[in-house]
Amino acid sequence: MKQLTAATRARYFRRQLVDRIMGGLCIAAAGVGLILLALILWMLFSNGLAGLSIDTLIKPMSQPGSGGGLANAIVGSLLQVGVGAMIGAPLGMMVGVYLSEVGKESRFASLVRFVNDILLSAPSVLIGLFVYQIAVLPFGGFSGIAGALALALIAMPIVARTTEDILRLVPQAYRDGAIALGSRENEVVRKVVLPAAFGGILTGILLAVARIAGETAPLLFTSLGNDVWSTDMTQPMASLPMAIVRYSNTPYPEWVSLAWTGAMLITVGVLVLNIASRFSYAAVAGKQGS
Amino acid sequence: MNTPATPAIGTRKIHPADTTFRLSLHAAGAIVVIVLLSILTIMFIGGKLAFDTFGLGFIWGTEWNPVTQVYGALPAITGTLVTAILALCIAWPIGFGIAFFLTETCPEKLRTPLGVAIELLAAVPSIVYGMWGFFVLAPFMSEYVQPWLTNTFLWIPPIGDSFFWFTAPPIGVGMLTAALILAVMILPFIAATTRDVLLSTPQLLKDGAYAMGATRWEALTGVVIPAVRGSLFGAVFLGLGRALGETMAVVFVIGNAIRMPDSLMAPSATIASVVANNFPEAEPGTLDLAVLLALGFILFVVSFGVLAVARLLLRQERMS
Amino acid sequence: MLIQLARRLVTALAAAVLVATPAFPPQAWAQDITGAGATFPAPIYSSWGEDYAKAGGSRLNYQALGSGAGVTQIINRTVDFGASDSPVAPERLEKEQLLQFPAVIGAVVVIVNVPGVDGTKIRLTGDLLGEIYVGRVRLWNDPKITMLNPTLKLPSIPISPAYRADSSGTTSIFTKYLSSVSPLFKERTGAGNSVAWRTGLGAPGNAGVAAAVKNIKGGIGYVEFAYAAENGMQALQLANGFGKFVTPTVPGFLEAAEQADWDNARNMAATMLNMPGDNSWPIVSATYILVPRNPKDPARTRSVLKYVDWAFRNGAPTADRLHYIMLPTAVQDRVRAQWATLASAGKPLWPPT
Repeated sequence: MKQLTAATRARYFRRQLVDRIMGGLCIAAAGVGLILLALILWMLFSNGLAGLSIDTLIKPMSQPGSGGGLANAIVGSLLQVGVGAMIGAPLGMMVGVYLSEVGKESRFASLVRFVNDILLSAPSVLIGLFVYQIAVLPFGGFSGIAGALALALIAMPIVARTTEDILRLVPQAYRDGAIALGSRENEVVRKVVLPAAFGGILTGILLAVARIAGETAPLLFTSLGNDVWSTDMTQPMASLPMAIVRYSNTPYPEWVSLAWTGAMLITVGVLVLNIASRFSYAAVAGKQGS
Repeated sequence: MNTPATPAIGTRKIHPADTTFRLSLHAAGAIVVIVLLSILTIMFIGGKLAFDTFGLGFIWGTEWNPVTQVYGALPAITGTLVTAILALCIAWPIGFGIAFFLTETCPEKLRTPLGVAIELLAAVPSIVYGMWGFFVLAPFMSEYVQPWLTNTFLWIPPIGDSFFWFTAPPIGVGMLTAALILAVMILPFIAATTRDVLLSTPQLLKDGAYAMGATRWEALTGVVIPAVRGSLFGAVFLGLGRALGETMAVVFVIGNAIRMPDSLMAPSATIASVVANNFPEAEPGTLDLAVLLALGFILFVVSFGVLAVARLLLRQERMS
Repeated sequence: MLIQLARRLVTALAAAVLVATPAFPPQAWAQDITGAGATFPAPIYSSWGEDYAKAGGSRLNYQALGSGAGVTQIINRTVDFGASDSPVAPERLEKEQLLQFPAVIGAVVVIVNVPGVDGTKIRLTGDLLGEIYVGRVRLWNDPKITMLNPTLKLPSIPISPAYRADSSGTTSIFTKYLSSVSPLFKERTGAGNSVAWRTGLGAPGNAGVAAAVKNIKGGIGYVEFAYAAENGMQALQLANGFGKFVTPTVPGFLEAAEQADWDNARNMAATMLNMPGDNSWPIVSATYILVPRNPKDPARTRSVLKYVDWAFRNGAPTADRLHYIMLPTAVQDRVRAQWATLASAGKPLWPPT
């Protein structure tokens, strides 16, 4: 074997150095992310825990000094985010599947992809405006359904984008194998491609749910908020983000404290959803041995 | 080149289930387009009064005065573009670094908890980011960072005689602070999607690179990234999307001054913040409301432009 | 598998809601009333609403969307009453068939953060305040300020004015006041829910303005009195209609309210800015409620009137607690007289029965 020249050795050393430095920077980046997270969570929990009690969770909103809670806001948020996700996520997945499996590079698919990206960057406040025009004015009133619709319109492009990206990365070999075995097109997608990409799709859905759980602007003009206990989605409906905005801007310390608690609850709720979904995915994946 | 998922037409009857399948997917795609067209139509019709009153000059008008009813969109457009682009420049390398760390160098046991921790950043409601930015970051910026920036970059010549880069009274809120908060907000999106994309690259690619003696960094930049570049751009679009449209957080930290900024640290406004601040009080049929809808329309056009440019770059990359 | 998981999530969600719902006592279906509008009176309207429901009246759902939105909603008749911090133009009231009346009174105060100086001792005239907000007077030890405050050691730091980023009735009241006492402010900025401020920074809501002032040395800002009182903030003294320097106090607000010219106020929109008097605070304003003159459902409008009437008669303790000022009783009677002009199908809506 030839002896390594000094130049080669120097280059090798340099390449190792670059690798080490970049590796170090990446660790630093992760560190930055974690520090930010810690700072924000610290502020959230140190202010939010003070207002948290059983009362907060089971009593509806009421005037300062009379020991109210956030119950109707919590339920309202659950309902609207739930319905919004149930509308937006499947629709988004269908769009993602369309773009990746059926439409691919066709003219229509390129158009849909482009439009989806534009919707992705739509300010939530404009989505709220739009839903106000089509679902509030014509029906003469605010409603939880309008709120859910606005949230669905925000979630859908996120899910569509992530679904398409992940599906594109599923190796063609999977599809070819399924076809070779005689599967129809929809079976190939449903039974082979989607399960293979499930983890990434789940991330996309969770990102979307995280986003809409904390959105305020679209709810301002659609579900309005409600002081009285109500699960009727055709009427104005309370939600945590609206409660936060409203309470944080008042002089009364109990209300401000509740606002922080509400923010903390949203964050914790999404985290729990996140962890639970990942665990159940891992369990399911383990069972199927995929 | 992808081989088609179904064999050539004519050799096999298409099962009805597949027809339903295809139709429903096409319908989903159509819904997306219809939604955007509806939004644009409503924005345009609502905003028509603004364009009738000021003509196209509305777009580069610099004065926003509700009292004299003279409106111009340029301050809001400037704020939107500058904060979004700055935020992306800050967030993308960090997000990417995090993703690389999570997929390559991180110890196995830490991977999931760390991944979840980063995603938790996405779970924080935007209003909390706003409050954190306003109560924690802004004072910090005003005490330490802004004076330092002003002194260090005094030598940069101003643009014209009105834009001074980093010279501004250190009030803490402004475009720079807003860009930082936006960067923190889009960080989890970029990190999580990039991580998923990197995880999904076939091990074969990486093994091949290592077999040739590449370092981890070289394998990443020379082999993996080119292979998944399209999907990585998706991560960037997600981030840009959020940065352009974010409302609540920006309202807290941008200083809400609808004037042309005279520095990167000056208080400013974004289209989303202007609409959110003024919509509740704007009455239908008035010019006040029309200008807000016109701004919304402009924002969609701006996103359109930015995305079109990004796609153009992507297509060139693919061809080269 | 995906569907399986989705089903599980949905079931869990639905179960959670179904389990939660029966745990709460179902409400008897009294006639609910909805109102929307100004953020300023939101706490008092809601609190009165709660007290009223406890006393056997209808349940109130009031949402603070902002005065403009409140006006829009009542014009569209999507709510039972609208609330606005600024009076609506008479032509508009005429065209949209709305009755406007004042419901409660509030005041705007000016808070400051001047290191080394007790804010409550600082004295300014309205004109000077206007010049500050236009950027003409920039330093705290400007001669115009030191002339009014010879005993205070004002530092040579820049003044950082803060204003409301969100369009709001508080801004409307404040800018109307400044426009009436400061010609320079009127010319360069003017009055409205949302104006083109020449200098300073915008923060969202009262909390934002308060925090901005607290965080920036040399900061100055305007907030609702309730906000300053509840948070123990230092509010400075202003010159009133007599030229006397006064501190913001509840008796001062009442005095200003009583001086208002109710006789000549069209649609009961009497100004209470810059009133004369020994203790009158110069920035006082009523906030208004709007109801339809031609309601589709007269019973609902009657419910609204009954609620307000109850609040007038029983709401003083709550108002005190939350730092609002009740309308003087003479004005309350005027309001009831206005209600008597409402009729539907020939029958007057007030008094009830």
